[in-house]
Amino acid sequence: MSGFDIIFLGIAAVTLAAAFMVVTTHNLVHGALWLVLTLFGVAATFVLLNAAFLAVVQVVVYIGAIAILMIFAIMLTRKVMKDSGPQTNANWVVAALLGAVLFVGLAYLLGNSSAATMALPEMAANMDPVVQLGEVLVSPNAYVLPFELASVLLLAALIGSIAVAWKK
Amino acid sequence: MGDPINLISQWFNNLLLGWGLGERLVAVLSLFVGAAILVTASLLTVVALIWIERKIAGRLQDRIGPNRAGPFGLFQPFADMIKIFTKEITTPDGADKVAFNIAPVLAIASVLLIWAVIPMAATIVGTDINVGVLYIVAVGSFGIVAILMAGWSSNNKFALLGAFRAVAQMVSYEVPMVLALLVPVLLARSMGINEIVHAQGTWFIVIAPLTALIFLITSMAEVGRAPFDLIEAESEIVAGFHIEYSGMAFGMFYVSEFLHVWTIGALIATLFLGGWRGPGAETWPILGLFYFYIKTFIGYFVITWIRLSLPRVRIDQLLSFNWKFLTPLTLVILIVTAIADKLLVLAGVERWFYVLVMLAANILIAWGTVLVLKALEPKRARARQEFPPRPVAVAPKPSEN
Repeated sequence: MSGFDIIFLGIAAVTLAAAFMVVTTHNLVHGALWLVLTLFGVAATFVLLNAAFLAVVQVVVYIGAIAILMIFAIMLTRKVMKDSGPQTNANWVVAALLGAVLFVGLAYLLGNSSAATMALPEMAANMDPVVQLGEVLVSPNAYVLPFELASVLLLAALIGSIAVAWKK
Repeated sequence: MGDPINLISQWFNNLLLGWGLGERLVAVLSLFVGAAILVTASLLTVVALIWIERKIAGRLQDRIGPNRAGPFGLFQPFADMIKIFTKEITTPDGADKVAFNIAPVLAIASVLLIWAVIPMAATIVGTDINVGVLYIVAVGSFGIVAILMAGWSSNNKFALLGAFRAVAQMVSYEVPMVLALLVPVLLARSMGINEIVHAQGTWFIVIAPLTALIFLITSMAEVGRAPFDLIEAESEIVAGFHIEYSGMAFGMFYVSEFLHVWTIGALIATLFLGGWRGPGAETWPILGLFYFYIKTFIGYFVITWIRLSLPRVRIDQLLSFNWKFLTPLTLVILIVTAIADKLLVLAGVERWFYVLVMLAANILIAWGTVLVLKALEPKRARARQEFPPRPVAVAPKPSEN
C-alpha cells in the first residue's frame, strides 16, 4: 500500500461520505454544503491524477458557480430556517435494490476492464498538459468541432435566459 | 547570505535527517512547516496593516489617526486584538451552529490559500503549479461559499440579504476579473505565476495598462472595498452578512478582508508590476523579497487611497457598471491584445516596438471607449429620465370639495 494509495483512499472515503450525507441529511442547506465537499473531493482526485487544470476548473465551475447557484435557489425559495421533510418515500426498498444492482454491475464491469490494472501513465518531463489541452481544443484534426458546438450551446442558454428574464 | 529562507530550510532538513527520520517524511514535514510559517507571516502582516491603514486613512482625511496607544499609535493594532480576543463569541438563537462556526474559517482560508502560489523571490515560492492563475480564481469561490454560509446560518433576514448582495457583487465581478487575468496569461504564454514573473522583462503594466486598471477595479469589488463596499456598508445595513458575529469570529472576517486587500496588492505586483524582479534580484533573492514587498505596498496604498476618496456606489450602478461596461470592454481588450500579439510575433518585431504598439492599442481602446460613452450619453440620459425615482410615501391630494 503506497502513499499514493493511502491518500487516494482517504480522499475517496471523504468524497463518498460527503455524497452519502448529501442525500440523507434533513436540512437542505446542509445538503448543498455537503455537495460542496463532495465536489471538492472530486477535484482532489483530479489532482492525484496529475490533471491540475481539470481540478481547478472543477472548483471554479462546480463549486464557484453551480453549487452557489443551488444554494441561492434553496435560500430564496425556502422560508423556514430548519427546513426538513421525510427523507424517503414509500418506494425506498425498490430504489435501494436498484441502486445495489447498479453498483454491483458497475463494479464488475470496471473491475474486469483494462483500467483496473493499468498504472498511471507517465508524463514526459517537458510536456505541459495545459498547452496540449489548448492545442487539442482548437486543432482541426482534434476536437475543435465539439468545442465550437458546446460554445454555441452555451450561447443559446445565455440568450435564452436573457429572453426569459427580459422586461416586456 | 543572499538566500536566507532556503538556508533555513536546508538547515531544518539536515536537522531532521540527523535525527534519523526518512527522507520522504522529512520532505513532507518541511512542506508542512513551510506552510505554517507562510500562514503565520501573512496573519502577522495584518497586524502591521491595521496600523498602516488607519494612519493613512487619518492623514488622507486631514487628521492624525491613532496616536494614543503607544508612540505614533503603534500599539493600536494590539489594543484592537486584545479587544477582539476578550469579546464573547455570541451565537444567535436558532442559528445553524456548524455553518455559523465554519464560515469565518473558510473565509480566511480562501485568502490564505492564495499565498501558496505567489512567488516572493527568485527561489521562494510555496508551490509552483502550472495553472496558478486559475487556482487563484478557484480559491476565491471558497470565500463566496463562506459568505453564503455566514449569511444563512445567522438566522437573520438582514444578514441573508446582505449575503445575497455580497455574493451577487462578487460573482458578477469575477467575469471581467477572469477575462482581465487572461491578458497576462496570454502575454506570458503560461498560466503559471512563476512563468508570468519570468516573462516580465518589461512590466506588463506598460504593455497592458488598461488590463491592470480593470484588474484593480474588479479585485476591489471582489474584496468588497470601497467604493464597492455595499457588502458592509456600516451606515446602511449595519454589517451585512456578518452582523451576528462578534469577538474572534468577527475578527476572522476582519482579518480576512485586510489580508485579501494585501493579497490583491501582491497579485497586482506579481502579474503587472514584475513581481520580485528588479536590479540584482536574481543573485540575491533577499533583494527580490524586498522589491516584492515594496510593489505590494504600492498596490495596497493605491487601493486604500481609492477607498478613502470615493463615495459608495449603489447596487444597480454597481451591476450595470459591471455588465454593461466592464465585461464588453474587457472582451474587446482581450481580443485586440490577442490579435495584436499574434501579428507582432509573426512579423518578428523588436521588443521595444512590440511594447509601443501594445501601449498604443491600449490608448486607442481607451479613447474609443470614451467616444462610445459620449455618443451613448443622450440615450442613457433619456433612459434615466424614463424611470424617475418614485416616492414611496406620497401625501394624499387635497380633496376637491
